[in-house]
Amino acid sequence: MNSVPENLISLEDVRVEYSSRPSLFGSGQSVRAVDGVSLEIKRGETLGLVGESGCGKSTLGRAVLRLTEPTSGRVMHDGDDLASLQPEEMRRRRRQLQMIFQDPYSSLNPRMTTGQIIGEPLKTFDLGASKDRVQTLMETVGLDRRFIDRRPREFSGGQRQRIGIARALAAEPEFIVADEPISALDVSIQAQILNLMRRLQKENGLTYLFISHDLRAVRHIADRVAVMYLGRIVELADAKELYRDPLMPYTRALMSSIPVADPVIERKRERIILRGDVPSPFDPPSGCHFHTRCPFAIDECSRIEPRLVEIKPGHTAACIRISPGHPHIGQNVASGLGALTQ
Amino acid sequence: MNSDATILSVRGLTTHFQTAEGVVKAVDDVSFDLKRGETLGIVGESGSGKSVTSLSLMRLVPQSTGEIVFDGVDVNRMSENDVRRIRGRRMAMIFQDPMSSLNPYLKVSTQLAEITKLHLGLDQKQAREHAIKMLETVGIPDAASRLDSHPHEMSGGMRQRVMIAMALSCEPELLIADEPTTALDVTIQAQILELIGDLTAKMNTSVILITHDLGVLAGMADKVIVMYAGRVFEQASAVELFARSANPYTLGLLKSTPGIADDTDGDLYQIPGMPPDAANLPRGCPFAERCERAADICRDQPPPFVDVSEGHFSLCHFASEIYAEAKH
Repeated sequence: MNSVPENLISLEDVRVEYSSRPSLFGSGQSVRAVDGVSLEIKRGETLGLVGESGCGKSTLGRAVLRLTEPTSGRVMHDGDDLASLQPEEMRRRRRQLQMIFQDPYSSLNPRMTTGQIIGEPLKTFDLGASKDRVQTLMETVGLDRRFIDRRPREFSGGQRQRIGIARALAAEPEFIVADEPISALDVSIQAQILNLMRRLQKENGLTYLFISHDLRAVRHIADRVAVMYLGRIVELADAKELYRDPLMPYTRALMSSIPVADPVIERKRERIILRGDVPSPFDPPSGCHFHTRCPFAIDECSRIEPRLVEIKPGHTAACIRISPGHPHIGQNVASGLGALTQ
Repeated sequence: MNSDATILSVRGLTTHFQTAEGVVKAVDDVSFDLKRGETLGIVGESGSGKSVTSLSLMRLVPQSTGEIVFDGVDVNRMSENDVRRIRGRRMAMIFQDPMSSLNPYLKVSTQLAEITKLHLGLDQKQAREHAIKMLETVGIPDAASRLDSHPHEMSGGMRQRVMIAMALSCEPELLIADEPTTALDVTIQAQILELIGDLTAKMNTSVILITHDLGVLAGMADKVIVMYAGRVFEQASAVELFARSANPYTLGLLKSTPGIADDTDGDLYQIPGMPPDAANLPRGCPFAERCERAADICRDQPPPFVDVSEGHFSLCHFASEIYAEAKH
């Protein structure tokens, strides 16, 4: 490699469509799980990807690793389009691009021992699957090296997630997609796993795409955060900036929905409670997908598809009602907030 | 009806299960009082005993012992028939997963009408009208046309609203909500919590809200019980617990919950290790292994339940010291 691009991963207008098979009951529907996402992930950073269930964040994570083939658009790794690589080269890249899954119960083979699970990528990528190497990896993620012959069911959820992390780490990757890695874990164990992931990032110079619906955890681990709604990125900024000053109405509603562990704050703060459910991704609303739930929607919102625009330096949002000159909408307007609450 | 009266008074509630690995002390000596209209939050991690506590209160676990005095009568001493008469009518429950607690084969209308026919003696027509009214109350748009849907035709948030409608159909005096929003997205969680808060305030219903999320409790609960390994580790008013906890486990939980306004970049506080095996609890304090404060006494002797101030208890050998240190 001669030049090292600043962006380890870049997505250019990536779309992923799923279609259900035509059946007796109809001709089959298609859903755009990812609807034209362009995104850069910088070397060494953690990009948080947040959104509610069905927004397409997991599909996007899989598309980045080509575990799901994008319908169109390009996924670039180190400046190369992954789709154009020769099989041998793709295999080499696979080693560098790893994944940690949400559910450590179903993502580990129950018939394999810890040693076999962690040793598998070592064998696959010819990295030397010695017992010693496996045990070193186990210790790196905080597992007792003596447990090498135990099977997943003999471990707790947090320990299983550590096995999943050790397996990803075994390939000596530079990029890891972590899809809801702490959602299935207890609060006291979540902090352990978040701290472990941060430490491993520092020690190994890893780049993360951290996918989660838990905005508190993302706030803690991510450098930048992208917010997704029905297949599209609707806001992107540095983590601190995004949480301090969310601009897009959906992001603001999300932020205000996060419960705060302080009864004094919790009881007096203004909360934006959205009406209704997330619309079906099979039939997303026209224009801005959020306009059906947005308290600030005007007629144009149902017609114009908003583009991600840089509203403040390094802070982009997709909303036709805000602009660099008018970054805020409805804030501190009593009637605006009144309309927000049910 | 005296609005300040105690509706539920629990003393020494204990649920032990005999298993192949030994006796599992799922719930051990839980006591509390709940007034009419009050919301009690029970917080704990998996295996802490919070869900078994709620099932025991409804007398859905035959192994439970202790007193559960509901409006003056001990539920644990009632005949099965009498329990059936109050369950669903005077005390009702909402579960975490509305998909598995609603019957997938039956229309929502059938499931809603079943309760009011049984408990309030309504006829088919009245029960149907009541069901429409309840769906409207829980904010289901176009309730009359939704009434004959099946659960799978609804979203997760809608199903949880249906569960709430069922639970509140007979205007119960006590509502037990076990992780009612855990399966839901945050924006839907906010809707459902607001709904539970508003409706129970209107009906002056007492609520026991069980959750693993301290943030959810902060917004809802008047008082809080923190459970660990089947025991009550701390019990206090919500304001006091969050401002001045006297228990190392509670403090650890509070510190390991990342805040949204928190701009620090360091590691999160983490409680080391894992909860103990409920079938093999240690001799001393079950949290001693993981506690940064633990001394020899903690490993040797079970901790006392210390009364640190009015209505504030902490299960810890060092409760008073911690409470004194936490003084601002």
